[in-house]
Amino acid sequence: MKILVPVKRVVDANVKVRVKADGSAVELANVKMAMNPFDEIAVEEAIRLKEAGKAEEIIVVSIGPQQAQETLRTALAMGADRAILVKTDEQTEPLGVAKVLKGVVEAEQPGLVILGKQAIDDDSNQTGQMLAALLGWAQGTFASKVVLDGDKAKVTREVDGGLQTVELKMPAIVTADLRLNQPRYASLPNIMKAKKKQLDEKTPADYGADVKPRLKIIKTEEPGGRKAGVKVKSVAELVDKLKNEAGVL
Amino acid sequence: MDFGLSEEQKLIVETTRAFVENELYLHEREVERTGVLRRELIEELKAKAIAAGLYAANMPADVGGAGLDTVTWLLYEKELGRANYALHWTCVARPSNILLAGTPEQREKYLFPCIRGEKWDCLAMTEPGAGSDLRGMKASAVQDGDDWVLNGTKHFISHADLADFAIVFMASGEEDSPRGKRKKITAFFVDKGTKGFTVRDGYRNVSHRGYTNAILEFDDCRLPASQVLGEVHKGFDVANSWLGATRLQVGATCLGRAERALGHAVEYAAQRQQFGQQIGKFQGVSFKLADMATELKAADLMVFEAGWKYDQGTVTDQDMAMAKLKATEMLAYVADEAIQIHGGMGLMDDLPLERIWRDARVERIWEGTSEIQRHIISRALLRPFGA
Repeated sequence: MKILVPVKRVVDANVKVRVKADGSAVELANVKMAMNPFDEIAVEEAIRLKEAGKAEEIIVVSIGPQQAQETLRTALAMGADRAILVKTDEQTEPLGVAKVLKGVVEAEQPGLVILGKQAIDDDSNQTGQMLAALLGWAQGTFASKVVLDGDKAKVTREVDGGLQTVELKMPAIVTADLRLNQPRYASLPNIMKAKKKQLDEKTPADYGADVKPRLKIIKTEEPGGRKAGVKVKSVAELVDKLKNEAGVL
Repeated sequence: MDFGLSEEQKLIVETTRAFVENELYLHEREVERTGVLRRELIEELKAKAIAAGLYAANMPADVGGAGLDTVTWLLYEKELGRANYALHWTCVARPSNILLAGTPEQREKYLFPCIRGEKWDCLAMTEPGAGSDLRGMKASAVQDGDDWVLNGTKHFISHADLADFAIVFMASGEEDSPRGKRKKITAFFVDKGTKGFTVRDGYRNVSHRGYTNAILEFDDCRLPASQVLGEVHKGFDVANSWLGATRLQVGATCLGRAERALGHAVEYAAQRQQFGQQIGKFQGVSFKLADMATELKAADLMVFEAGWKYDQGTVTDQDMAMAKLKATEMLAYVADEAIQIHGGMGLMDDLPLERIWRDARVERIWEGTSEIQRHIISRALLRPFGA
C-alpha cells in the first residue's frame, strides 16, 4: 500500500508573526519557514506504519511555491520515499488544494492519505474533509491513534468531551491531531541521502485543478494587546463583574 | 563566491539546533549547578542523539558517520556549541578523527565502538611540564623486546574519567634536527584496566562544568606493539594528518555560543525599560549590540572561509590560527558585553550568560593558546623575509 502525505510550508511556529505595513497580509519576507507541525505528525505516522510493515511507499506532496521543495526535503529526510511539488504561486485555499490532491490521489492510487488536521498559518481545518468529500472516501479526523487492520482503519478521534473511535473502510482519509505521535528528527545521514530521492515537479494544471482563490483578503491586523487583569476579593464581586462589566453572564 | 547554504546544510542546521534546544537546554541548569553529568542522563540523551544521527556525525559515511564536508560539519558544531559543553560533547560525542588512522584490528576495537556509542576515547598529550611546548614531554615509552613500557604523567586530559581507552602520546627517543636534538613521539592505545595505567580525578575549573579533566599516570605500563597507533616515532605525523580541523571546531562552537548570548542581549535590550524607555533605545546599549553582531559576523566568516578552504585542500596553518584566535576572543568579548547589557541580572545563573562568560575563558587557552595562534600567524608573515 502507498500512503500519501500532503505537507504545507508555513511560518515557523517559533516566529513572532508580524503584519505587513500596508495591512495586506502577514510579513513573509526573510521569515523562517518550516513544515506545518501537524503535517510533521502526519509524516511521522506514515513512517511508523511503513516501519510496522503496513505500507510499502510514502509519497509526500506539497502545493506551493518553489521553496516548498525545502519542506518536501525535510519530509524525505525524515523517511518519506519520494516527493511531488505541485508548483503554484497562487495563494491557495483549502478547496483548491483538495482538488489538486484529488488529482494526485487518482494518479498515485494510495490506500491512505494522512494530513495534518490544520495548518498553523490560516487554521482552516478543511482540506482533509474536502478531499474526503471530493473522493467519496471515509474520513477519520483529529486522529490521536490509527490502527490498520486489513481493509479497515480504526481511528481514535479527539472530540469535545473525550475520545471517539471510528472504523473506516479503506482507502481513507486521516487527519492528524497533536497527540498522535512525537515526530522524529530528520537524521543527519538521512538528510544527506534525501538529495538522491526522487522529487517530481508538477503544476495544478497537470491534475486539471483550478487553484485560483475564491476569497479576497480585505484586511489583516494584529490582535489587540492584552489588558492588565484585576484581582477580585470575593466570588460575589467576580460574579458581579462578569455580569455587569464583562457582560458574559 | 557563494555564501549560501545548500538544502542539506539548512536541514542539518535545523535538526541540530532543534535537538540542542529541545533535548539539551533543559538539562543545563542541573549540570551547571551540580557540576555533574549523571550517567543515566548521558545514556538517555545519547540514545536520542544516535536516533537523530547526530552522534559521531563528524565521521565519514563508510564507517557509520554522517559523511559531512568540513563546512557542514562546522555548521553542526556551531549549533551544538550553543549548549553546555559537557552535555553536547559527552551525549553527542564526536570521536577523535585520529581513530581513523588505526589498523583494521584497531578500527574494530576502538573506532567502531566509539561511533556506535559503546566506547569513549580520550586524547592525552599535555603534561604538567609540557603544554604549548608539546615536544618537551617527559612521559616516555621504551621498547623492551616486542613490548613497550610507558612511564610518566599526563594531565588536563578531557573526559578521561568516562573514556574506555586513551590515545597517549609518549616520547620514544631523540633525533637530530637543524635546531638541535628533539624528541621523537609515538602514539599508543591504552585501555583502562591495563596494569600500570591509573586515571585520577583532575582539577575543578571555571569553564565547562560537568566536563571533567583527569590525570593519567603510567607506571611501568607494558603494552604489546599492536597498541602503537600509526608508525613508531611518527606520533606527531599521525596527529597532524588525522586530527583534522580541531581549531576550527573550537571556533565553530564559540560562534554558536556567541549567537546565543547575542540573542539574549538583543531580546533584553528590546524589552527592559529604564528611564522611561527600552534600554536598546540608548545608544550606549544599541552600539554595543552593533559591535557584538559585527564581531560575531567577522568571526563567522573567518571560521567558515577556513572550513571551505579545508575542503578545497588550500587551507593554511595561519588561516586556522586566525579563525581560532578571532572566534575565541570574539566570544569572550560578546559574552562580557551581553552581561554588561543585562546588568546584575546577567550574573545570575537564571540566564546562560554567566556560564557562557566562564566557558569563554578556556577557549582562548585550549587547542593552542591565543599567543600560540599569534605566533603561527606572525611566523607566516615574517618567515619569507628571513625574520
